[in-house]
Amino acid sequence: MAEIHLKTLAHSYSANPKSPGEYAIREMDHVWEQGGAYALLGPSGCGKSTLLNIISGLLSPSEGEVLFDGQRVNELSPAERNIAQVFQFPVIYDSMTVFDNLAFPLRNMKIQESRVQKKVLEIAEILELQNLLKNKAKNLTADEKQKVSMGRGLVRDDVSAILFDEPLTVIDPNLKWKLRRKLKQIHEQFNITMVYVTHDQLEAATFADKIALMYGGQIVQFGTPRELFERPNHTFVGFFIGSPGMNFIEVERCEGGVAFSGQAVPLDPGLQDVLSQTSSNNLKIGIRPEFVHISTEAISGAYECDVLHVEDLGTYKILTVDLAGNKLKARLDEDQFVPEKKAFASFPKQWLKLYVDEYLVEEDEK
Amino acid sequence: MSLSLQNVSRVVDGEYHIDNVNLTLEPGSFNVLLGRTLAGKTSLMRLMAGLDRPSEGQILMNGVDVTGVPVQKRNISMVYQQFINYPNWTVFENIASPLRLEKVAEAEIKQRVTETAEMLHIEHLLERRPLELSGGQQQRTAMARALVKDASLILFDEPLVNLDYKLREELRQEIRELLKSRNSIAVYATTEPNEALALGGITTLLHEGKVIQSGPSSDVYRHPVNVDAAELFSEPPINLIRGFVSETEVTFDNSVHFPLNQDLQGFKPGDYYCGVRPNHIGLVPHADDDLEVSVRVEVAEISGSETFMHVKNDHFNLVLQLSGVHEYHTDTPIKVYLPTHKLFMFGLDGKMLQAPGRLHKGI
Repeated sequence: MAEIHLKTLAHSYSANPKSPGEYAIREMDHVWEQGGAYALLGPSGCGKSTLLNIISGLLSPSEGEVLFDGQRVNELSPAERNIAQVFQFPVIYDSMTVFDNLAFPLRNMKIQESRVQKKVLEIAEILELQNLLKNKAKNLTADEKQKVSMGRGLVRDDVSAILFDEPLTVIDPNLKWKLRRKLKQIHEQFNITMVYVTHDQLEAATFADKIALMYGGQIVQFGTPRELFERPNHTFVGFFIGSPGMNFIEVERCEGGVAFSGQAVPLDPGLQDVLSQTSSNNLKIGIRPEFVHISTEAISGAYECDVLHVEDLGTYKILTVDLAGNKLKARLDEDQFVPEKKAFASFPKQWLKLYVDEYLVEEDEK
Repeated sequence: MSLSLQNVSRVVDGEYHIDNVNLTLEPGSFNVLLGRTLAGKTSLMRLMAGLDRPSEGQILMNGVDVTGVPVQKRNISMVYQQFINYPNWTVFENIASPLRLEKVAEAEIKQRVTETAEMLHIEHLLERRPLELSGGQQQRTAMARALVKDASLILFDEPLVNLDYKLREELRQEIRELLKSRNSIAVYATTEPNEALALGGITTLLHEGKVIQSGPSSDVYRHPVNVDAAELFSEPPINLIRGFVSETEVTFDNSVHFPLNQDLQGFKPGDYYCGVRPNHIGLVPHADDDLEVSVRVEVAEISGSETFMHVKNDHFNLVLQLSGVHEYHTDTPIKVYLPTHKLFMFGLDGKMLQAPGRLHKGI
């Protein structure tokens, strides 16, 4: 069990990187606390696999240090780091029984057979594999195999962390949630640092207490699922989290706030102050489709829009409107009235966010 | 050009992979085949394409029997789950390949390839080779190749499963846009109910080789013909509880009672399956006839914009689909509210007897 500290860490696959673009991982300082359940989330190519390989020891970072409980481990192999890994495809011995698969890491460590028995039975029960212990692994279903892979990490008392790399890829959709529940339960029972790498926001948010969202080799936000949804601190987070993602509209400064296509968006004085301290003209407002308020009549503070189309997603509908040349999406409840031609959209103040140079700006807390 | 399957079956080693399917697909239609893994989606597409021959039944194109006509002689394009491209050819040559086979003139090839690449936003990549591209770009290349010729039937076999969901959102929309202006028949196989709804068009539910229902997607969603259809077309799964209806009340699994409301009054006393959609159950009551049920949280799955809560009591399990982020620890006792006026009623044989009345309007 360990705290994992990535200290002024960076990685480039080229020998003499000259520009930031040549770094797969840009310099970061990041701590995964002992016992935490974390997700490393991002689109393909964001650097999450590189970072995972650096933590596990498959890859040595070109700059900075990896510290386990304060000890430098840059030079140690995955085995020496006591890292257990669960990959996309289950890694188990098909010809062995489930019991022998689970016992394998312990027998390798020459642990007494009676202790092996006890430990394997304990883990098999937690994973609900106890009825399959005598079966050959090759006859298992994909989800059972993946549970065995996990079990091989859990039987050892000395693992410093378990790393999961898209572990549910090969699992049938209707079984995924069962395995996710199992993972969550395991984390609550064992006090092991777990890092779960995925491109799927559902998997990340279900599993993790805190999510590190990666984009372009950087962790752009490290926060709880709620923080990522309600207060995305970068436009990419707003776009990537949520389905559909956050609406963004380019704006410019004006008296009392900002404006787009001649439509004023008033801002609180505190936010105006913060805005006046920057000179950038890369300004955007952002609001999630869930928080856009749609009415059929002109109400104060609402913007008139043309309805473009509506998608019926069963449990809710997504309305797309044209707001002075900007496409805006709003989520409507299943039984909410759908306007036909004109709609009026308003943005509740608490959910309207302001972005300068793609980063969230907020009033200074007093 | 319409495509019609009449009493089509495919038997492999004595096992029915496709079991007596009757379907007619109209020109310009977008058809989603929704089914779990191994339901027969790929088998059915292969029969439509002419890659396999049906063991029984006929396949007609525009009324002409094409049952024995091989794929090469039909005007068909396919896009697969894996990104299939020629690795040694440039993106341009990959997209151009079906046109070269048809001996289309060079100037026209150039024009059509460029147009199609533009539609799929890969026009700047035409000189690259597939392996230099990201997964999304590779799949766009494969799609461009399928769309560059005017195929009368375009088959998509779970084309987006290997992409991250943001790309999926984007490409799903593009596929729909691209096909809007065409007269081809599009068939799109998926395991995901939400994808079927997002694609719109017509949904055909496939279960164990059989078509169990087919129709406009939102109709099939709101009026499933039976329990299998309701379960298939619901993510998270629809909640099913065995209920006993008496003259005056309904009892769920001998444990929870509520008075008969006007929607349920026509039912004969007896046992039924009652279905309730996960998004209809709430953490606070919404109507007077909401039923309060005490449960414990099993897991709260957070999707970013929604939370799926799995809860249970001693008698049954429920799944709730809630808007926004709700964080709960496993085993937390809570109360949930089930709207008794939004029940789907099924007979014990699985047949749907009634969909929620509110959703009945206009039918």
